[in-house]
Parts: sequence; structure tokens; C-alpha cells
Amino acid sequence: MMRARTRRLGIVGISAALLVVAGILVVLAVRDSADLFWTPTKLAEIGGPTPGLSGKVGGFVAVGSLSYSSPTEISFSVIDDAHSISVIYEGIAPDLFEEGAGVVAEGSFNEVGVFVARQLLAKHDENYVPRELSDVEGPSS
Amino acid sequence: MIETGHMAAFLALAASIVQTWYGLRGNRPMAARMAVSALCIMGISFFFLVMSFVASDFSVALVAQNSHTLKPLIYKIAGTWGNHEGSMALWCLVVIGFSVAGALCLDTGRREFEARALGVQGAIATGSLAYLLFASNPYLRLNPAPLQGLGLNPLLQDPALAIHPPLLYLGYVGFSFVFALAAAGLIEGRVDRQWAKATRGFVLAAWVPLTIGIALGAYWAYYELGWGGWWFWDPVENASLMPWLLGSALLHSIIVTEKRGSFAAWTVLLAVLAFCFSLLGAFLVRSGVLTSVHAFAVDPLRGSLLLAGLLLYGGAALSLFAWRAPALKGGQDWALMSREGALMVNNLVLAVATLTVLIGTLFPLLAEMTGRQMSVGAPYFNLTFSPLLAALLIGLPIVQPWSWGRASFEPNWVLALIIGGVAGAIVLAAWLLFDLPIGAAIGVALGCWLVFGAGREIVRRAITPKRIFKLPARVWGMTFAHAGLGLFIIGAVVETGASYERTIALGKGDSAEVAGWTLTLDDVRSGEGANWYSDEGRLTATYGTSTAVLEPSKRYYPAARMPTTETAILKTIRGDLYTALGDRRIIDGKTLWTFRVYFNPLIDLVFLGVAFMALGGVMAMAPLSWAKKVVRPAKNEAARADVPEIVV
Repeated sequence: MMRARTRRLGIVGISAALLVVAGILVVLAVRDSADLFWTPTKLAEIGGPTPGLSGKVGGFVAVGSLSYSSPTEISFSVIDDAHSISVIYEGIAPDLFEEGAGVVAEGSFNEVGVFVARQLLAKHDENYVPRELSDVEGPSS
Repeated sequence: MIETGHMAAFLALAASIVQTWYGLRGNRPMAARMAVSALCIMGISFFFLVMSFVASDFSVALVAQNSHTLKPLIYKIAGTWGNHEGSMALWCLVVIGFSVAGALCLDTGRREFEARALGVQGAIATGSLAYLLFASNPYLRLNPAPLQGLGLNPLLQDPALAIHPPLLYLGYVGFSFVFALAAAGLIEGRVDRQWAKATRGFVLAAWVPLTIGIALGAYWAYYELGWGGWWFWDPVENASLMPWLLGSALLHSIIVTEKRGSFAAWTVLLAVLAFCFSLLGAFLVRSGVLTSVHAFAVDPLRGSLLLAGLLLYGGAALSLFAWRAPALKGGQDWALMSREGALMVNNLVLAVATLTVLIGTLFPLLAEMTGRQMSVGAPYFNLTFSPLLAALLIGLPIVQPWSWGRASFEPNWVLALIIGGVAGAIVLAAWLLFDLPIGAAIGVALGCWLVFGAGREIVRRAITPKRIFKLPARVWGMTFAHAGLGLFIIGAVVETGASYERTIALGKGDSAEVAGWTLTLDDVRSGEGANWYSDEGRLTATYGTSTAVLEPSKRYYPAARMPTTETAILKTIRGDLYTALGDRRIIDGKTLWTFRVYFNPLIDLVFLGVAFMALGGVMAMAPLSWAKKVVRPAKNEAARADVPEIVV
């Protein structure tokens, strides 16, 4: 049964090669595309927004902060109990987006420290709080 | 009423325990009788649960939390499983249903093996029912009863979503019976061709509904969420993709076990893992450990119980595997370059691809261990999962003619050159002429290659054109599934790579141009339905000489205090013109309505491709005995030597 041994070697070799390739792809992909998440307070801790910094920010939409900077663009502030981040978003906000509601935005900071959101994350259920926001303190008011 | 259902569920639990007892002791007739009784009793129980939703009996806590008198009847019924507790009741019903299906369909002549499969399935039913009754009880009363219910989440009030959960459950839970068959085979220490023959039908019976269920969910997301996309690599979507990938690997490896007796241990391991990943999905969704747009209101206790169940059943099966697998008999000898070898690589790639999805899905948890809040999205999966799968599929049409045992491979360089040239031309055309990203352009060529390969393979197997329609249904099933995958890939990469998106704000009478279409806002009116009121936009779309009216609207459901987006989609040959109504904005005294407009090219191929795959799965279920009547071995012996495997 010479063949059984060469076959086993072949199987191990192919599996190892596949795992190595997959491992490299995973490391590259994570390095390129993993998104960090900041609450306004955490962002302040790392020294505020840096232009070009990309990831996710989350908190609550400050009451009274929602306005239209152009017909198709909205701007608002994301706040927690201490700090705030200005966000602009070109497009239509998800159905459950409103002032006072929790929101997670995905995008990057521009030169003036405003977070330009590519996507606002919606939720399907009004009772559901995104895990990222579960320990974010709401504004005290 | 509901108390009867509650009682019945306890009786079903008792019947399942007895079924487990008889089954594991090898008493097939008694285990089968217990399975049938459990199904009848659980059926009654589920019927009473559905009836309290139909009758809007708000003294039942679950109905009060999830239903409303003004809801249309179909959504009152679908509301039964539109929540955690009710969906668990459905889960239990389906687990027991598969026991009965097994009792009726299994005919291997090995009664002890069959009894043990029923016993293991009984143990799964016992666990599920115990979880239902003690951790997520849908039969509880509310005192005092409210006059009105809170209503079903309006996003779920949709025909596709009414049948999406039952289909998904047929898939997830279908793998529970595959798991039971695997465990029974291990207990007996016999996983052979006969075992594979009996199990393969149940793998398909799980894989087909899972395929359709996932596609329905994607289709729902596409037209209901108003985000233009159909797959978001959300944890819940991944939770359904992982068992699907392992199930697909299993479908391929079990053929090797069925035909040649080889891969027995690996096939059994996949059978166990497919169900474990179904449970893992349930755990991820219900426990709230991951952020998902799909999550039900979550409960950590329920999550830990599901995790305990996963560890208990998965751990037991894997221990059994570790104990028995080394003693399983191997099959016929095979060389690396053979159909077995090709299918082995298929399985390894699918397993590794599943692993990359698992890493991406659990990434937020892994990152949290290092104290950071991080997540990965679509780019991660495009960089890991997609290239692995692409490499696998490039090889598929090449290795498909390989014969069992040992294949001779003499590359036809002329043909390879022609195919390479055509593929290159397709990539260049898609990239330069249609402006697709290079990855998507390669995807288009890959999809064409798969469709071509599927056609070439069936022609090769038929030998003479006349016999092509006499080939067994299984061969046609394979052809449809592989061609469907090709169509799916073309649709998926073109839609993802070339979809066009724009947000516009229009006053009454204003026009805007999107992807060659001119959209004019005629009017926005208010409308009203059974349990909602709405703003209904009316857009006239013109493209050259053709004109169409699109009516996207936004509904408000007062019971749930929540709006939903009702998209309007114009289907054209090139793709979908997709419109969603946003909000009203008053700027400088002028009333403007925002619309999100997408042009999604070739999106129908995505769903058509998946439909082909599911259809292929159904065809592959046809028993071989049907085919034997029509397919006779080829008369020409030389042709036979060329094509050793005519009947799959």
C-alpha cells in the first residue's frame, strides 16, 4: 500500500497549502479592512478626530442637531454623556433613524474633523440595541 | 385553549424521551410509534398556538407582544414564528417531523441502525422541547390581558418573510436528522455505501430548503430594506451561509462514500459539523453576542443555554467520532489524481472557506479579547472567501471528467488555448467596455466558464446526443446546480461591481437623471391600509422612448410606531431600476422629497441562479431506480472505457 502513504502525504500537503493561503488572505484582509469603533468619549481619549481616519462611530443622535446641509445631505451630532462627533451623510437615513435614537455610522473623518458616513446602520427592531452601544451612556438630559 | 397547547408540548416532550429510550436500545417499531405520536401531539400544540394568534387572544403573552387585531390574517399566522418563542415551537415541530420522515422513509434493512437514528433524533427533540418549555415558553398567559397587541414588526409583514423562517428551519433542522444518521452510523461502527445511500436523500432534503430559505431572505432584504443590496455579510446571514457551505461539501463527499465507500470518516464529520454550525447560528442570532441588524430582542440566558446545547450535542457526537472513526472501513483504493481526489480538494476548499467566514463573523469577539472594538465587513469577505471559491470553481470543469479510482489527464492544449482566449476576451470586454472592476470582470468569465463546463459535462456523459434526455435525474440535477452557480456568480459580481446609486431630491414636477433614465416626480399622495398609512410617491421614468410609472412609498405602522420602506422596482432586461422614497425636506420654503435610486444590472441572475441550484437539488433527490429503466450501458465498449461512469 505504497499508494495510501503518498496519498496521505498529498492530502496533508494540500490541506496545509490551503490553510497557509487562507491564513495569508485573512491577515491581509483584516489589516486592510477591519473597522475600529469609537464612541465620542473614546475618540476624545485618543486625541480627537484625525483626517482620513476610517471606521465606525456610534452613540445617540443629539436632539436638535439634525439638519439638511443640502437637499440630499443630512448632518447631525453623535453624542454620549460627555462628548460629541459631527457626522454628515449623503443619502436617505434608515427607517428607524431619528433624533434621540441610537446610531452606528460607518465612514471616515474629513480634513475638518467631520465624520463622513458612507452608511448608517439601521436596526430591524425597535427594542434592539446594537452591542456596540450597550455600554454607551445616553446624554444625561 | 393555549393551556391545551402547553399540556400537549409537555406530552410531546414525554413522547420524545420515550422515543430516545426505545430508539437507542434498538427498538425501531416503538421508536417510530413514539415519533408519530410526538408529531401528532406537537402538531396539536402548534395548532393551538397559531389559533391564538388568529383569534388575537391577547391574554397569551406572546400574542400580546407580537400581534394586533388589524393585521391581515396571513401575517397573524406568520406572526406565530416571527418571534423567538414561536420560532422555537416551529423548530421543535420540524425536529419531530424529521423523526417521522425518517421512520417512514428509512429502508436500509438495518433495523438497529434505523432505530438508533430515531433515538438520536428523539434526543435532539427532547433537548429542543425542554429548551422551549423551560427557557422560551410561548404558552404563557398574561394577566390582565391587554385590549390590543403590540403588533408584528412591520418589516416582517411581507409574503417572502412569512415563508422564509419555515424554509430556513427545514434546512437547519434537516441537518439534525443527518446528524442523527451520522451518530447512529458511528454507534454501529458502520458508515458504508449503504449508509451513504440512505443519508444522501436527507442531506438534500435539508440543503434544498436551506438554499431557498437563504435566497428568500436575500430577496426580501433587496426589496424591503430599501438599501439596494441583497447580501450584507451580516452575522445572521453568515450564520445561514456556514451550514450551507458545509452541507454543500457534504453533498459532494457523500457521493464518494456512496459510490466507492471512501471518505467515510470525513463524511460523518461533515454531517456532524453541519448541524453544529446550524446550532452555532442559532446561538449567535439569539444570544446577542454579535451586532446584527437582524437580532431579535436578545436574552443572554437563552444564549448560554443554546451554547450549552451546542457543546452537549456537538461534544457527544465528536467524542463518538473520535472513538469510532479510526475503526471505520475504507473504501476502494484511489489515487490523488482521480474523481475522489478532486472531490477531496472541493471539500477542503469549502471547509477552509467556511473557516474564513467563521473568522470574519466572530472577529468582533476575537478583537474584544484584545480590548478593542472592531469588526470586518464586505471587503474582508471579498478578499478571503471569494478568491478561495473562485480557485475552486476554475478547477471544476477541468476535473469533472476525471474517473473514479485513477484518472488519466492529458491536457488538450488547443482547447485550453481557445478557452483561455475566450475567457480573456470576456474579462477585457467586461472590464473595458462595461467598466466593471477587474475582480468582477474575472467573476463574469468564471461564471461563463461554469455554465459552459456544466453543458460540456452533460454532453460528454450522454455520449450520443440522443441519450441526453435519458440521463438519470441526478446528472441533470448536477448540471442545473453547477450552471445555476455560474449564473449566480455572473449576477452577483455584475450587480456588486456595476450597480449605480444616487440620492435625489425632487419637488413636484422636477426631474433628475439616473443611469440614463429621466425620473420626474408627478405627485406624492397619502394612502391607507389595514394597519398602516403611507406617503406614496409617483415617478415617471423615461429611457429613450420607453416610459414607466414607479410608485415607491413609505408606510407608517402606528401599532409599532415605526416606518417601513416600500420600494418600487422596474424590471428591464439589463437590470432593475430600483427606487425608494425617503423623507420630506423643506428647503428655502420649497417642499422636496428625497428618493434613493439604484440601477442594479443583471440582479435577476442572482435569484435565477439560486433557483436553478435548488431545482438541481430537487432533481438529485430522484431515486436511481427511476433512471435504471431508461439508461442502458453504452453498446460501444470503446466509448464505455472513455466514460466509465455513465450512471452517476
